[in-house]
Amino acid sequence: MSARAIATAVRAGERSARSVVEEHLAAIDSGEGEIHAFNLVLADEALVRADDLDRRIANGEDPGPLAGVPVALKDNLCTRGIDTTCGSRILEGWRPPYDATVVERLAAAGAVAIGKTNLDEFAMGSSTENSAFGPTRNPLDTSRVPGGSSGGSAAAVAAGFAPLALGSDTGGSIRQPAALCGTVGVKPTYGRVSRYGLVAFGSSLDQIGPFAATVEDAALLLEVIGGHDPLDSTSIPEASPDLLAVLGRGVEGLRIGIISELMGGPDRAASVEGIADDVRARVEQAAEALAAAGATVEHASVPSTIYGLSAYYLIAPAEASSNLARFDGVRFGLRVDADTAPEMNTATRTAGFGDEVKRRIMLGTYALSAGYYDAYYGKSQKVRTLIQRDFARAYESFDLLLSPTAPTTAFPLGDKTGDPMLMYLNDVCTIPSNLAGHPSMSVPFGSGDDGMPVGVQILAPALAEATMFRAAAVLEGSAP
Amino acid sequence: MSNQALIPGWEVVIGLEVHAELATVTKMFSSALNQFGGKPNTNIDPVSLGLPGSLPVLNEKAVELAIRVGLALDCVIQRSVFARKNYFYPDMPKDFQISQYDLPINGEGSLELPDGRRIGIERAHLEEDTGKSTHVGGGGRIHEAGHSLIDYNRAGVPLIEIVSAPDMRGAEEARAYVSELRAILVAIGASDGKMEEGSMRVDCNVSVRRDGTTELGTRCEVKNINSLRSMGRAIEYEARRQVDLIESGERVEQQTRHWNEDDGRTHKLRSKEEAYDYRYFPEPDLVPVEPSDEWIAEIRAALPMLPRERRRRLADAAGVEPSATALTVERGMDDLAVDTIAAGADAARVLVHVENNLADGVGELTAASFAALVAMETGGDLTATQAKTVLADLAASGGDPAAHAADHGFEAMDTSELEALVDRLIAEHPEVWAGFVGGDDKERRKKAGFFVGQVMRATQGNADGRIVNELLARRATEQGA
Repeated sequence: MSARAIATAVRAGERSARSVVEEHLAAIDSGEGEIHAFNLVLADEALVRADDLDRRIANGEDPGPLAGVPVALKDNLCTRGIDTTCGSRILEGWRPPYDATVVERLAAAGAVAIGKTNLDEFAMGSSTENSAFGPTRNPLDTSRVPGGSSGGSAAAVAAGFAPLALGSDTGGSIRQPAALCGTVGVKPTYGRVSRYGLVAFGSSLDQIGPFAATVEDAALLLEVIGGHDPLDSTSIPEASPDLLAVLGRGVEGLRIGIISELMGGPDRAASVEGIADDVRARVEQAAEALAAAGATVEHASVPSTIYGLSAYYLIAPAEASSNLARFDGVRFGLRVDADTAPEMNTATRTAGFGDEVKRRIMLGTYALSAGYYDAYYGKSQKVRTLIQRDFARAYESFDLLLSPTAPTTAFPLGDKTGDPMLMYLNDVCTIPSNLAGHPSMSVPFGSGDDGMPVGVQILAPALAEATMFRAAAVLEGSAP
Repeated sequence: MSNQALIPGWEVVIGLEVHAELATVTKMFSSALNQFGGKPNTNIDPVSLGLPGSLPVLNEKAVELAIRVGLALDCVIQRSVFARKNYFYPDMPKDFQISQYDLPINGEGSLELPDGRRIGIERAHLEEDTGKSTHVGGGGRIHEAGHSLIDYNRAGVPLIEIVSAPDMRGAEEARAYVSELRAILVAIGASDGKMEEGSMRVDCNVSVRRDGTTELGTRCEVKNINSLRSMGRAIEYEARRQVDLIESGERVEQQTRHWNEDDGRTHKLRSKEEAYDYRYFPEPDLVPVEPSDEWIAEIRAALPMLPRERRRRLADAAGVEPSATALTVERGMDDLAVDTIAAGADAARVLVHVENNLADGVGELTAASFAALVAMETGGDLTATQAKTVLADLAASGGDPAAHAADHGFEAMDTSELEALVDRLIAEHPEVWAGFVGGDDKERRKKAGFFVGQVMRATQGNADGRIVNELLARRATEQGA
């Protein structure tokens, strides 16, 4: 049952919120042992919340557009009084004294928080294998990864544990797992959704967004969480976008460009490498579907996107090295005692952080160091400007752009853990949107040669979520 | 101002970094209260503790106060960007400080000292304060302490850091600069400027060079200065230390040094090589601050009178140099002085009274009663000593100076009585009189002082010293001297 159908039934008093929650808790009970989508299932809290909603509905109140809908929350979103681990030992047992803005907005819309989902530690990874609490498995084939870093959220939706989930996307952490698990995943325009209460990874890139089984449900969730928040200075002073109303409008007359640089293939020299043939074939098929629905589809060039990955792996770690400094054992989370404060800091961070987090802290610290700043951080900011300029130029000719979401379908666990660079390449198609601050989303479109889902990425200019969702609805309707 | 060489043959060069807490209601980036002296860890929230997921939101009032400071120091007010200054310290919640780096809100400006000299201001930027550590055990030193306690009430309090050019040449001038800066900050309501509560803190950059050279010497930064007095001592100690090094053939190493109040010395904290690499980069959680021209104009229009403007106003009214009005302005009595002079009082007498006879404050004294008093004094109805007594009465309880004078039985002494007294004293002290009549100016003043003193003793201070002097001069003339 879709989130929209659940909310409609619950608001009309046709279904109790308790029955909805019980049904999903039962699904979790039977599947979670194998999948490990959650770090924490909020079974008791969800039932208490459901009963409260049912009482309010019985009293004639309307709890809102997500009445009774279970939502899974990535475990880097702060939840008042509830463990928020970021998949890290260093935050084990920490309970924030406040809710993230998105969590407050979900509550105000009648949603039920059903659990905290697993993730790569501090959202650093593309397979959810970097969690301190063990990997999450892909519900469609448990020998494979669900993608990452929001793998738990993607898996929760794909497994039917929750119709909706929230993730965070710094370089593709919503879209790539959505693609690998066959769900819809959206990274909104930077500033569209408040980051207040999202534990920061790369502050200038991070954005919270929805996972859902359908495009409509993703739109519903984004409408609820979007809109200005005075607690986030980078929040755009605009109301949440009106998406549900435009979903049926089709793509007639829209100009859509396939980004040549992100398609790979033997005849494209100036393209990123590693795009699998079966993935490319599906993207081309999706383009045909959009053309068949009345869009003009052509090849587009956004040349500097091929440098996105390199720039990203300097900017994101640089910001992370600073953002993660506060995990020092002084005020919250893990503390490993030592004789002096600096020794305590070191001991705590050595014991509390995993290898990938340490790797990125070191990378970022180096990139910001005196004497290296200009060559690394400074230069990557120039690349970022270049990418923004190239996108702006492309959007003079196109309303939307198209590319693969991930280079391949879901890969086996352990396949890439030994080679960080290979793992980083997963984000090669998703990173440019983060660097530009633009919205983009992944929509499932058929499967690869291995039968695993393929995601097509739709990219849009800043604040053009509505146009993006129109194309997503068309792709959803024409998916093989 | 005295800028006499501290060490003969050497010039001391001083630049100051002054941190002042801005007088906002709430903190720089959150709604926690900015309040001194609260119970530890009560004025806190997720942002001031740097909790994961918290984000800073800039306090507009802090920006306004910073702009006031910039305007008062004639700075260029510009588009500014916050930056992260990264280093680990337990009382710094995020382990980075939000500051401003290459684009401060206030660019170059200057500060005018009471003597008219201008000290260059390089910048005045916004940043957040840290928490406060207390080291328990081991005499309060961090390395020997058993454990440390941290109060985060101060964490996130807005600061303005005002960086001067290396334009000061001695401890006295540095003190004058800090006093003037404090007066400005207080006058414009930007800060309470209390050094003793730590709401104003000074770091001194000190270097020395041989007289006649223009190249700057290697500087040392001296921290932990808690009062104007210790600043002067620290500068003098540090300058001598550097001169001693150079004169004994060694070099001054660029260092950060710690002033120790107890032993009166500076001690090395770290050398340039050991200095932190702060890895500054633009703070991604905040947007650039771009104050509009309209807003700046609004703030400028609402700016109260600055100390230098007050000195000039009083100097114009009194017909003296601005430096002669510094004390009056410093005491906040210039409004009274200006009004009193405007009411017709003799400016010189007004300034003398304000500087010498109102140390306990103006109390109930009004410009009208002050002017009436000075008129009585200059009209010969009261002597200087009597006027001082009546002034104290006016400050204590207000009222009419004539009534107070009458209460004390002050009446102008009859000039003929005074003449008789002077003649008697001349007769009783012929050798002193001879010295007066025949001496040079200096000798003459000395002898006159003797006679005035005798007259005052005989009249219990009720005589007017000026008239005594006039009488002495007239007698001397009559004798053909």
